[in-house]
Amino acid sequence: MAILEVKHLKKSFGDKIIFNDINFSVDAGECLGIVGRSGCGKSTLVKIIARFIPADSGEIFLDGQNITNEKNLKSIYAKMQMIFQMPEDSFDPRKNLGWSISEPMRNFNFKNIDERTKNLLIEVGLTPDFVEKYPHEVSGGQCQRAAIARAISLSPKLLICDEATSALDVTTQSQIISLLNKLRTEKQIAILFITHDLKILEKIGGRVFKFENK
Amino acid sequence: MNKSLLPYLILAGSLIFVAIFAEYLTPFDPYVQNLESALTPPNSVNLLGTDRYGRDVLSRVIIGSQTTLCASLLLLSVISIVGSLIGAICGYNGGKLDTILMRISDIFLAFPQMVFAVAVAGILGGGLFNAAFALAIIGWTKYARIARGLTLTIRSLPYIDAAKMAGTSSIGILFSHILPNIAGAILVTAALDIGTIIMELAGLSFLGLGAQPPTAEWGAMMNNGRSMLQTASWVILSPGFAIFITVAIFNLLGDKLRDVMDKKSVV
Repeated sequence: MAILEVKHLKKSFGDKIIFNDINFSVDAGECLGIVGRSGCGKSTLVKIIARFIPADSGEIFLDGQNITNEKNLKSIYAKMQMIFQMPEDSFDPRKNLGWSISEPMRNFNFKNIDERTKNLLIEVGLTPDFVEKYPHEVSGGQCQRAAIARAISLSPKLLICDEATSALDVTTQSQIISLLNKLRTEKQIAILFITHDLKILEKIGGRVFKFENK
Repeated sequence: MNKSLLPYLILAGSLIFVAIFAEYLTPFDPYVQNLESALTPPNSVNLLGTDRYGRDVLSRVIIGSQTTLCASLLLLSVISIVGSLIGAICGYNGGKLDTILMRISDIFLAFPQMVFAVAVAGILGGGLFNAAFALAIIGWTKYARIARGLTLTIRSLPYIDAAKMAGTSSIGILFSHILPNIAGAILVTAALDIGTIIMELAGLSFLGLGAQPPTAEWGAMMNNGRSMLQTASWVILSPGFAIFITVAIFNLLGDKLRDVMDKKSVV
């Protein structure tokens, strides 16, 4: 069953059409790589799927539910999470990693949050003492692992990775990709992987959707 | 804590200590008149002399610190908190509310601050509260502008998007992520503004629009001693020197705080 389905999506800014009639779907446990050159509208597409900005027309279905105009964003984000390009920038610099990782669980009234946070850190290959560390105190790779821990804390069905490895060195890239692949197979999480690097997609596997302006 | 900030914090803290415990530090009752010793020059008993009613000038300067500093710090707290909240809300939400509030702030910013405050205080009548209110009406706009600009920068950062995806509400994002991250810049601006606020409040009192007799307030005390500058200069110079010292200390503290919090600004 398709976790994410995008139908006839169109977006323009003023007279400039960013993309037109975009269609794709991602199944559970599948990775769909979206590739395209810089400035082709990949990030705009991500922002529309994540409901940060509206589309001009078209529909987005998440786990069978039409979320194109859904008002209750919290219910959407329980099923869809995102990993950002710059790991350090995706954490509030004034909060420690433990606070940030547990933020979704607090908002969704989870129990045993401290224990869950430490388990999540272990799951992504970090140690529980990372809860006390601040984003600027850890490496880019460690920060991205913490971001993944936060993203999977709500057990989402879809994980959007917006250039999630482009700010990392080659070794760390491989480690993050292995981690994402592990999560994909073990938890059956659908991954939408946005990148401009085809080699990264070869490593992660799955289908490729070539993104072009129309 | 940065060690270079310590001397300025000690000096400012000392001033605030004097203001808080002014009642216990005054050698004489600052409000008791003794016309027999009116306009006594500084001596070993009255270290800064007496005014035209025979009141001890040192005692009035000490008790005046309470009026001046408390009013200034309270006013500054109100305008910085209210202004920052308005600016952050406008910057984060945008839309019509942002447009309306920012145009209102533009209108206030178009007036020269002191002239506007004199006009408002003149209409409302004399009194420290009215003077502070007059300054507050125009003072919040600066903080609203700064907070809005900072919020516009922060709201597009990935950690705000991450907070949205974490299910945090708009109010939660405002209070947990935006306000704590702009507080440093607001604090530095406020520290740099303390001196200006003290001068403006004292200025309004000097013009007779602030504290009213017999309240001991530095600006009002200078106004009382204005006609005696050549015959009993200590009456006007003592509160004037108190304003000078206080404003200098808070300006130095503000400068140092800015340097410490934004190392890039150190040239």
